[in-house]
Amino acid sequence: MNKRELPGLYIHVPFCRSKCRYCDFYSITSLDLVPEWLEALEREAVLRKNLFPVFGSLYLGGGTPTALMEHEAGLLMECVRRHFRFAEGAEMSVEANPDDVCREKLCFLLDQGFNRISIGVQSFDDGELRRLGRRHTGRKAEAALGLVMSSGFDNVSVDLMYGLEGQSLTSWARSLRRAVKFEPHHLSCYQLTIEPGTPIGRLAEEGRIVPIDEDSEHSFFLFTSRFLTQKRYIHYEVSNFARKPQFECMHNKKYWNRAPYLGLGPGAHSFKDAVRWSNVKSVSEYCGKLSVGEPPVCSREVLSSEQVRLEKLFLGFRTRAGVDLSALGSMPDPAPILKQLEKTGIVRVRRGKIVPTLKGLLVADSLPLLF
Amino acid sequence: MANIRNFSIIAHIDHGKSTLADRLIQYAGLVPERQFRDQMLDTMDIERERGITIKSQTVTLPYTAPDGEEFELNLIDTPGHVDFSYEVSRALASCEGVLLLVDASQGVQAQTLANLYAAMEHDLTIIPVINKIDLPAADVDMVREQMEGELGLDSDLAVLCSAKEGRGIEDVLEAIVERIPPPSGSSQNPLSALIFDAHYDPFRGTIVSCRVFEGSVQPGDVIRFMSNGAVYRVEEVGIFKITREPRKRLSAGDVGYIISGVKTLSDTRVGDTITLDSKPTDSPLPGFKEAKPVVFSSIYPISSDDYLSLSDALEKYKLNDASLVYQKDSSVALGQGFRCGFLGLLHLEIVQERLEREYDQSIIMTVPSVEYRFALDDGSTVVVDNPQYYPEAIRIRVAEEPYIKASIILPERYMGAVMKLCMDRRAVNPRFNYPSAGRVEIVFDMPLAEVVFDFYDRLKTITQGYGSLDYDLIGYRESSLVKLDILVNGEKVDALSLIVHRDRAREWAVQVCDRLKEEIPRHQFKIAIQGAIGGKIIARSTVNAFRKDVTAKCYGGDISRKRKLLEKQKKGKKRMKMVGSVMIPQGAFVAVLRSDNE
Repeated sequence: MNKRELPGLYIHVPFCRSKCRYCDFYSITSLDLVPEWLEALEREAVLRKNLFPVFGSLYLGGGTPTALMEHEAGLLMECVRRHFRFAEGAEMSVEANPDDVCREKLCFLLDQGFNRISIGVQSFDDGELRRLGRRHTGRKAEAALGLVMSSGFDNVSVDLMYGLEGQSLTSWARSLRRAVKFEPHHLSCYQLTIEPGTPIGRLAEEGRIVPIDEDSEHSFFLFTSRFLTQKRYIHYEVSNFARKPQFECMHNKKYWNRAPYLGLGPGAHSFKDAVRWSNVKSVSEYCGKLSVGEPPVCSREVLSSEQVRLEKLFLGFRTRAGVDLSALGSMPDPAPILKQLEKTGIVRVRRGKIVPTLKGLLVADSLPLLF
Repeated sequence: MANIRNFSIIAHIDHGKSTLADRLIQYAGLVPERQFRDQMLDTMDIERERGITIKSQTVTLPYTAPDGEEFELNLIDTPGHVDFSYEVSRALASCEGVLLLVDASQGVQAQTLANLYAAMEHDLTIIPVINKIDLPAADVDMVREQMEGELGLDSDLAVLCSAKEGRGIEDVLEAIVERIPPPSGSSQNPLSALIFDAHYDPFRGTIVSCRVFEGSVQPGDVIRFMSNGAVYRVEEVGIFKITREPRKRLSAGDVGYIISGVKTLSDTRVGDTITLDSKPTDSPLPGFKEAKPVVFSSIYPISSDDYLSLSDALEKYKLNDASLVYQKDSSVALGQGFRCGFLGLLHLEIVQERLEREYDQSIIMTVPSVEYRFALDDGSTVVVDNPQYYPEAIRIRVAEEPYIKASIILPERYMGAVMKLCMDRRAVNPRFNYPSAGRVEIVFDMPLAEVVFDFYDRLKTITQGYGSLDYDLIGYRESSLVKLDILVNGEKVDALSLIVHRDRAREWAVQVCDRLKEEIPRHQFKIAIQGAIGGKIIARSTVNAFRKDVTAKCYGGDISRKRKLLEKQKKGKKRMKMVGSVMIPQGAFVAVLRSDNE
């Protein structure tokens, strides 16, 4: 089997030392539950170990994986290695907070077999970082990146965010420049999504912060793409850039290509044979269910062919790989729509694929609705 | 037969017809007090909501006079709008008398007159009734004066009542018994019965409402519909007492129903004569004609999958509304549908609402049109009610459109505004009558096309509800007509095409372009909306493209969340129509028709 089609393994570490004000991923700041969570994870791994014989990638995300103590992380990886096999050359990613990065930590992670690290920088501007509720400063992020780039990781990714309150295009350009100076192999540039229920979401609801308007979103997006493309990065997905094709995130691409994946831990999602399921979000509920031998699943759905079709479309339109014409399936006649979209420079149709242009990526969410 | 009275109540809209009918039913004790609800005869929600009667209903009221004599009073309710004049005329033909109801505060209105003339044509006994005498604004003397002056009735004979408060109801009943003659005719003669209505019952088939003039009919008889010769065996006859009450037979003078297994819906025609197959009458009752539509519009299902269901609904609907005519139609933009002919704009609205409410159809209707006439260069003449069939412009020698004589009665103070409205609508040759102090009747000749679209609404708005309208078709006149097309990104939206007078084309085109601009959602690309006559663009608007809608990330492995959001949006878009590469919401087709009441 092609590595691209091999399943991915995701493990959710639901712990953070502090909560960021924009984040709606599930996590708790008390580390007391770590031992219990590790025990539950072991049980879940046992339940799931026969689902897939071999994986093409591992992604340790959160939360903040680097919030774990070394011996805790060691136990976790021991458990992973005991129950799951990885193909040769599998991508092993871990997310790290710049505040947790030090020489020893990096050595430890390399020793554990990680070959890709994603640093959650978000911004180099101290004011912006404060408003996001991040615990590091711009200087600290630069120091961390310096360490990481010389640590022996040969696949480093940097997470950045734009569309922040009070952020000008100039300030964003400054952050981008400071990141690119380190020549990371990969960059993820996300526009801040204001999620209800988060502290920033509440501020927005009360009208105390104003989300950026569509014109600014448009400018930020185009600027980011043009800036990084000029620096020879490949804009391969709406928010993702890689120096070379081999640095494109193999694990994330499994989500977009609809390859199977197994997610372990609270709130983790899994996908196999047109079935999608997800785990309960609460750590205590997750541990509780597993302690009595119950799978910690809270939702499960079997996709209809129409749903599969829609997924192929909306996921495909987010990537520069595009959508196979065959994915359109049975629809009256896509020709006039495709013609119009080509004429207006939204997509290009070639070699049996509908490929969104840069302009097309901007409206990728509405494209699937046209077909 | 001497103790039967057949009557209708006629009135201008809102003058209290349904309320009076309610009181009469209540007085007769047909419905237990606690089951009584307002407007018993208006069984449709839409009738109650709008306060108008659409379907005529019939009810037989038992009545015991003060001297102990017992009567059967057949109330044949009539539709209360000018669009339904044929149905009204058939109902009136089934009566010997009418109650002419006038609102004590509003006085004589345009339809009061029209109704009176219709009753006089049928030579009916007319009992003037002044209703709503309880209102603070009631002015009985004024109304009496108007009755004398405008209607030529003896106002001393007017009965006063307040249907709302139940005052004067006995006087009304006594007047019916005293003044309206009993029916004539003999049950020994060959059967001759007039169909004045028909309903569809899913269990019993067609239920025909009729007035028996001669002869009698009973279960087992074989009857014949004289317009088409179809024969049926009678299963049941009876009378209406809110619900159906079977009888052994219906005889001359009776009003009631016949159930005879009529399944072919088009076999029932209001105005047709029923006779016995074995012993037919010599000649049918006079006045039968096919309902003649004057306003046309196409109906399309919002989802083309629902075409068959719409077809079925129309077939069922037509049974209860003989005046609707329809045939298949198709549009590039909207797919398969039906071209329908209506008696007027209200009739159109009612059909639309009933199809949606009662038959659960989601439909789009196109801009209403009238029937235009074109004389072509080869000497032939074509009649066109559908812009799709507009002839090639260079072949048209003479174009003609139908004109009406419109009569508007209004308080004098609104005259300026109403004159302006009418002149804007190409009204010509105004004539003025001053039937009584402070009131004026303006009579115009105007194109029917100008009335079918929102004229009545505008008139009501301008006159704050005091203006009333009645009209008659007076024939065709030469006119300068063009076909206006609407283009969306260069593609013609055939369902929005319109035949219109040249001078009115630009105004309409601008309005449609602006409305569509508001209704069509932004797309990934810019959308041009244009109004064009032939190749010439006369109006334009633009819907800008949206600039960014993509969300930053697709949550870890949570693909479902995003997909569910899209599924929801997709569901919303199902109700849109693709024209070329542009999605047009169904609401846009409706918005184009919305009356502009600024």
